Amino acid sequence: MAKILDKKLVSPAVYELVIEAPLIARKCKPGQFVIVLSDPESERVPFTIADFDREKGTITMIIQVVGNTSRHICEDYEAGDEWDNIVGPLGQPSEMKNFGTVVCVGGGIGVAPVYPIARAYKELGNKVISIIGARNKDLVLWEERMRAVSDELIVCTDDGSYGHKGFVTDPLKAMLEKGEKVDYVIAIGPVIMMRNVARTTEPFKVFTAVSLNTIMVDGTGMCGGCRVLVGGENKFACVDGPEFDAHKVDFANLMERQKMYKTQESVEWGCGGACKCLK
Amino acid sequence: MLKVNRHAMPEQPAEIRRRNFEEVALGYDEATAIEEAKRCLNCPKPRCVEGCPVNIYIPKFVHAVSEGDFASAIKIIKEKSSLPAVCGRVCPQEKQCESRCVLGIKGEPVAIGRLERFVADYAREHGLDKVDPSEVAAKNGKKVAIVGSGPSGLACAGVLAQKGYDVTIFEVLHAAGGVLMYGIPQFRLPKEIVQHEIEGLKQMGVHVQTNAIIGRTFTIDELMKEEGFDAVYIATGAGLPHFMHIPGEQFNGVYAANEFLTRVNLMKAYTFPRAATPVFIGKKVAVVGGGNVAMDAARTAMRLGAEHVYIVYRRGEDELPARKEEVGHAKEEGIEFCLLNNPVRIVGNEQGWVTGLECVKMELGEPDASGRRSPVAIKDSNYVLEVDEVIMAIGQGPNPLIHQTTPDLEVNRRGNIVADENGATSMPGVYAGGDIVTGAATVISAMGAGKRAAAAIDEYLMK
Repeated sequence: MAKILDKKLVSPAVYELVIEAPLIARKCKPGQFVIVLSDPESERVPFTIADFDREKGTITMIIQVVGNTSRHICEDYEAGDEWDNIVGPLGQPSEMKNFGTVVCVGGGIGVAPVYPIARAYKELGNKVISIIGARNKDLVLWEERMRAVSDELIVCTDDGSYGHKGFVTDPLKAMLEKGEKVDYVIAIGPVIMMRNVARTTEPFKVFTAVSLNTIMVDGTGMCGGCRVLVGGENKFACVDGPEFDAHKVDFANLMERQKMYKTQESVEWGCGGACKCLK
Repeated sequence: MLKVNRHAMPEQPAEIRRRNFEEVALGYDEATAIEEAKRCLNCPKPRCVEGCPVNIYIPKFVHAVSEGDFASAIKIIKEKSSLPAVCGRVCPQEKQCESRCVLGIKGEPVAIGRLERFVADYAREHGLDKVDPSEVAAKNGKKVAIVGSGPSGLACAGVLAQKGYDVTIFEVLHAAGGVLMYGIPQFRLPKEIVQHEIEGLKQMGVHVQTNAIIGRTFTIDELMKEEGFDAVYIATGAGLPHFMHIPGEQFNGVYAANEFLTRVNLMKAYTFPRAATPVFIGKKVAVVGGGNVAMDAARTAMRLGAEHVYIVYRRGEDELPARKEEVGHAKEEGIEFCLLNNPVRIVGNEQGWVTGLECVKMELGEPDASGRRSPVAIKDSNYVLEVDEVIMAIGQGPNPLIHQTTPDLEVNRRGNIVADENGATSMPGVYAGGDIVTGAATVISAMGAGKRAAAAIDEYLMK
């Protein structure tokens, strides 16, 4: 059981949830994720751990409502309610060391999983430059938290309603072209954004890690549903990743594989009876 | 005069069952069970018992059935097996107990599996298999952790709980049962039955902690040093799917059998959209492999509504590793067998979806050192089998997580844990058994390993 201790809407259709999960909070490291199955008719869905408090035994997740299951687990449960199942921490933790200067790039709700990684890099003595982006001002997430763990924070909005107008790759590219010292880049966000970050850093040969959001079922390495091509090899994102060398990832294939259940996902009542249509 | 032939077990007609997920075999009724039980000669030195990996005292329970005393029959079985409704259904009895039956020499052996199944089902339906707390030994104060709730872990837990150990099973998925839940389909083994047998263990005091991933939530060392367990039994199975590493495996529509079956069985994707987990439903499906998992995947694809389902196997009919009965069932249900065919490439379209499976025809060469005729590709015999879904059922290996997080645990080249015949590993107090030691094998051999390890753990902790 996983009790929802706090739930708040942080931007349109994006919820921040604090979950009581002492066994996970005790062990989790930046970069790892959990799988939630809220009730027997629902499905298993992966979410990155965006924050954790080992003493209180809690983890924090940011969940965007994008389909029936994310809507169900966010909107049909309130603080005080419990999801039936949560398992974790899963996946390999982010590589933790003092690289020198690290650029942490977060797009949309990808800012949340970047946060604990940026914090850990800061604690390890890295110079942390964070670039966070969103479509518009209302969707900018966790700006203050990111500022608190960064030496420098650049905010971008696609429409220019706040901060720099344009994509997260713009300031990154400018930085690299100016010859600023960048030793390591980590990017988490929509696949297109991660691909574009990879393309931006590749000519400068700066190691770039991306956290891949593949389709998953068990999350423990037993099914291979999350497989991705990395350097031409089959890797399972749930046990070999979710972080990989961005310059080796086959992003085109990843994008195709994310469409595997497009038809079923559009069936409006693929909701485990939780949706109004079956009632 | 003895009836030579065993009593048939009624089945759903193939034409109907191939499109539903209801159980195929319907089981004996009371009268048939009693009649079948009467065929047993009650041998003084029963060879059938030796053929059973957990040595159920078969003549004794069969005799009880012949007298209509089902309450005694279930008690006799449960002395040795905690999962009779499961084993009666999925054991390859033709290679085990029934292969040793004296009646089988001239006619058909006693239908031991069907009788075991009948007894377990009858007991469940009539509440005869409730655990009597007075028959469970008093707690002895020792704690044993079991990693994995598949057949091996469950069997080990049953024995240890009976002896008074405080047993906790750690399971990574949200439901206990391992392959019985995610792998073997509902139409061969209804999930309610698996859960009922696990409930029986809980009544004996076994704790089941689901959603616990050993290696992450706790390591083996932490279980022993921090969580107070006196011994650990690792029974994590062979759950890591193998791919062929041929071009095109990344296309949409390509599954490992594990994923396909987990979606359908554990997550009930066959009831989508009522259950929220989707599964891709192909019109023409190729299942690569010839084992029981391949048969299960093929029959499942047919039930989901495929028009053609092909088993693509590189050897011939005689070499199919699946049970004969399963092959027969598959054929009756319209599964088409492409034998002596080896996939070399998966073909896809520009949108990234499977459109075909390129195969090469094979012939069997000379027997090799092991006496097995290995298949050899026939030159220039390539062709493309038109399919929109490919399911790889070519085997599974051990998940490396425990090994990675427990450096003292010795594993072999394939990643299987090295253990002696009693399950003892390179770490004192740590035992292992089932598929994690042997590689993918059968439910009953995993149970046998669990029982032997339980005896060894008992000896280790009591000395």
